[in-house]
Amino acid sequence: MVDETCKVLEHEDIGAGYRSLALAAPAICAEAQPGQFVHVKVPALEPSALRRPFSIFNADAASGRLELLYKTVGRGTLALNAVKPGDAVNVMGPLGHGFPTTCAGAPLLVGGGFGVAPLYFLARMLKASGAEPKLFVGGRTKADLLALDRFAELGVEVFTATNDGSAGVQGLVTDPLDDEMIRLKGEGKAFELFACGPDPMLKAVALRATGSGSKGWISMDRHMICGVGACYACIQKTVRGNSRCCIEGPIFRAEDLVW
Amino acid sequence: MIDMKVNLGGLEMATPITTASGTFGYGTEYIGAVDYAKLGAVTAKGIRVEPWPGNPMPRHAEVYGGLVNAIGLQGTGVEHFLDVTVPWYADNVKVPMIVNIWGGSVDAYAEVARRLTDAHHPSVGAIEMNVSCPNVKAGGHTFGQDPKVLAEVVSAVRRATTLPLIVKLAPNVPSIVPYVKACEDAGADALSMINTIPAMVIDIEKRRPLIANKTGGLSGRGIHPAAVKLVYDAHNATKLPILAMGGIYEAKDAIEFFLAGATAVAVGTATFTNPNVVSEVYDGLADYCGRHGFAAVRDLTGALEV
Repeated sequence: MVDETCKVLEHEDIGAGYRSLALAAPAICAEAQPGQFVHVKVPALEPSALRRPFSIFNADAASGRLELLYKTVGRGTLALNAVKPGDAVNVMGPLGHGFPTTCAGAPLLVGGGFGVAPLYFLARMLKASGAEPKLFVGGRTKADLLALDRFAELGVEVFTATNDGSAGVQGLVTDPLDDEMIRLKGEGKAFELFACGPDPMLKAVALRATGSGSKGWISMDRHMICGVGACYACIQKTVRGNSRCCIEGPIFRAEDLVW
Repeated sequence: MIDMKVNLGGLEMATPITTASGTFGYGTEYIGAVDYAKLGAVTAKGIRVEPWPGNPMPRHAEVYGGLVNAIGLQGTGVEHFLDVTVPWYADNVKVPMIVNIWGGSVDAYAEVARRLTDAHHPSVGAIEMNVSCPNVKAGGHTFGQDPKVLAEVVSAVRRATTLPLIVKLAPNVPSIVPYVKACEDAGADALSMINTIPAMVIDIEKRRPLIANKTGGLSGRGIHPAAVKLVYDAHNATKLPILAMGGIYEAKDAIEFFLAGATAVAVGTATFTNPNVVSEVYDGLADYCGRHGFAAVRDLTGALEV
């Protein structure tokens, strides 16, 4: 973990309240693993304001370019909208435990909305390890399906679902996921599930992992304060009791989660 | 070179700065982000005899100038603390630990103090008794809200330990003086103040409290002047050394505490935003002593002109 003052490289509005932020963060990128997060001091907030945690969309160790993908949901993200290329932003990270980057079977990545954020970095590292990840992504509407071009560039096959049917199948992301799980089971092939998104989706994926006897890796998001395990604010119930998302997670094994 | 050493009721501290209990985990979480050489002690999160799960989520709400929390003292029990936490700490951190303790009864306070003392672990430098957490209603009353009850629990812990004994007082009392006197008479070696101030935040759209516990404790920038006043009042009432905390975000805030009567200070909520605050306070304090002709930081204690 390092505390790095980063120059903003790009900050783009990608529509529907989503933004992509690129920072020069060589020290963080050198250590980052998929599924880890960074804790950002938002410049436009009052100096005593808490940091805001963000999943790492991509961390390129060679160039030092750190990319975040976020939705404007509250006071902190709204204030973050104001940062411009050239600004300095203080970032702590990488923090928490990430996803494994090797997979015994077929890696099935499941994202809901901006929950795809940590899955791009994961897909890239899985590809580098020789695995062939597939992405299942859902949203309310087409505008909630993010960064599909980036996954396409990686050569990741993408299955989409929207509640209103404006893209992909009409329904839930678990619909195409179920089809693929059934297909793989039928062929006697193993798979692992990797998920990030809203709680109901995570629960649905975690139960599919445990129910099918597969490994599941679930990214839990709880309101954080410190980001390093010191304050015990970001609690998720697990088989071990009240676990801290920031340090014992954010990636948990599906079978460890208590819903 | 300013002499930064202080003695807090028998605890020798290489610098007058520690961490506020509950904001610094069990002491190792901030390795890599905080310069531990600038700390005279690390104050760990509260422990009791048995493990405790803490409160339901959500446990905090950010407010302008601070933070309202109701973590609820989630923590490991004393056995795990002594078997695992303290050895791990000792392997990684070289400054003494102030162990914050709590319990649901007088006997439970004494028990955890006794076990910490009997372990004779060199890293355990002092005990801080939490008699003022606003978020856990153990035993039906808060020990820090009645001077008689306070004297009883402090006396019991005093009998159970030879370690320096610090009592952390509640800020929400009409006058701090009877509590200060109760601690003094019961054999405390030092006082720490202030704990968080009872507080509440409401989500007006949902018409619900933002914190699952409904109420919590306010910490951060906003409570600092209230804390300075209580330290001033306590220092005027006792010779016991005072560990002051509440809204230290920069050296100026710590210096106010020393002038009001503090012997040492604890940085808390500010660390969440700026882990470098410990170093900034240390450097600013040394600079201030130099500029104002104080050879030792301990000479600042109570150096207020009134």
